[in-house]
Amino acid sequence: MVGLLVLASLAMITVYFRESPNGGLHDVQSAASSVLRPFEIAANRVAQPFQDAYNWTADIFHAKSENERLQREVKDMRQDAIRVSEAVDERNALRGLLKVKRSPAYEDFANTAVTAEVLSNPVSQFDQTMVIAAGRNDGIRVYDAVITDRGLVGQVSKVLRDTALVTLLTDKESAVTAKDNRTGAIGIVQHSQGPEDLLFLDHVGKDRRVDRGDLVVTAGKQSGKRLSSFYPRGIPIGQVTRVGQTDVDPFQDVQVVPFVDFTSLDYVLVLASHEPRPKMP
Amino acid sequence: MTLSIAKAGALFFVVSILQVTIVASIGILGGSPDLVLVTLVAVALTQGSIFGAVSGFWAGLLIDIARLGTLGFTSLLLTLAGFWIGRYGETTGRDRAHAPVISVAVVTVLYALGSLVMHFLLREPAPAKVALVDELPATIALNLLLTFPVFALVKVLFKPAQRPPEVEFVG
Repeated sequence: MVGLLVLASLAMITVYFRESPNGGLHDVQSAASSVLRPFEIAANRVAQPFQDAYNWTADIFHAKSENERLQREVKDMRQDAIRVSEAVDERNALRGLLKVKRSPAYEDFANTAVTAEVLSNPVSQFDQTMVIAAGRNDGIRVYDAVITDRGLVGQVSKVLRDTALVTLLTDKESAVTAKDNRTGAIGIVQHSQGPEDLLFLDHVGKDRRVDRGDLVVTAGKQSGKRLSSFYPRGIPIGQVTRVGQTDVDPFQDVQVVPFVDFTSLDYVLVLASHEPRPKMP
Repeated sequence: MTLSIAKAGALFFVVSILQVTIVASIGILGGSPDLVLVTLVAVALTQGSIFGAVSGFWAGLLIDIARLGTLGFTSLLLTLAGFWIGRYGETTGRDRAHAPVISVAVVTVLYALGSLVMHFLLREPAPAKVALVDELPATIALNLLLTFPVFALVKVLFKPAQRPPEVEFVG
């Protein structure tokens, strides 16, 4: 009996495989399928609500897992975007410093200037210093000027083997010989001692002309003159925003807003040099 | 006997329709339950090898017709499955509590292997990894879940086949 059934199955398979789609066995299958069709349709209709419920539940689970996957993707992509943004900022900063380094104004430092990453920014209003990732091994010395592509940042005040401490212009001890780039009026740029990053061009006589909007730059080495300096000449410092006078003060009151944002420094250029230092008075 | 055949015919007709229209579309963890196979195991285990083989042939024929597959393909596999499980029931398995579970698990694996071999012989596409690795574990689990309710239903529908009287030695 079983052998007959197996033989019948094999015979059906053989005939079905060998005959054309219009063959007898195909016709039988087609007719039988037509007989079964109403039952299949009925079963489908009966089962449809249950299938819908099942699919709805499955979709919810699928949507939940899909949501989790997408959230992970968004998180990864957000981190990637941050990394890309940081890389772009870093590239722009380095490109700006490279441009400065190659500019004619700093041609004396073209081979010796050192680009350094800022390791730590000022920690408080009273400690306006920062640490940079370059030191004695890179040729940096105390009193080297530190700049960005926007202007003067400060001066190296301490040098270790691979790091250095930079005192910012906004430090109360900082003083830079500077001049009005348009009129040539010379003074000393110092911090205003207030909570803001405001500077003052001090020691400018009342007979010298300084106007609002004028550019203030470093005066450079004034050898033999009243105000000597370690800073090279012509480094932008800021812009005059207010000029005033009082009867009791022999000097003008010149307020300068620095070009550099001292709170967000990532890379700086140290104008290192092998030249001998000017003698301070 | 005639009543049992009629019941089996009707049962596999309903089960085959359900399998083709509803059960086959339930996909869980890559597999889907095989209601026909589990029902066949239950019927063959309780009714014997011949009954199992005929039921398998009938169920396979219905599925081949409904799915418009190669006629005889599923019939051959289910005939052999029904006969083998029937023989197992007639010899050792019928009264053992674990027989339904063991039978369903083993037949599910053998059916998958047999189906692969048949597809291979007929030169039809049959990725073995999908059938044996991706689908088979979940299919076994789902078939085992169906085992007890289906066996309960089959026991209600069919009376166990009468055993030949055992010889008792006395004296």
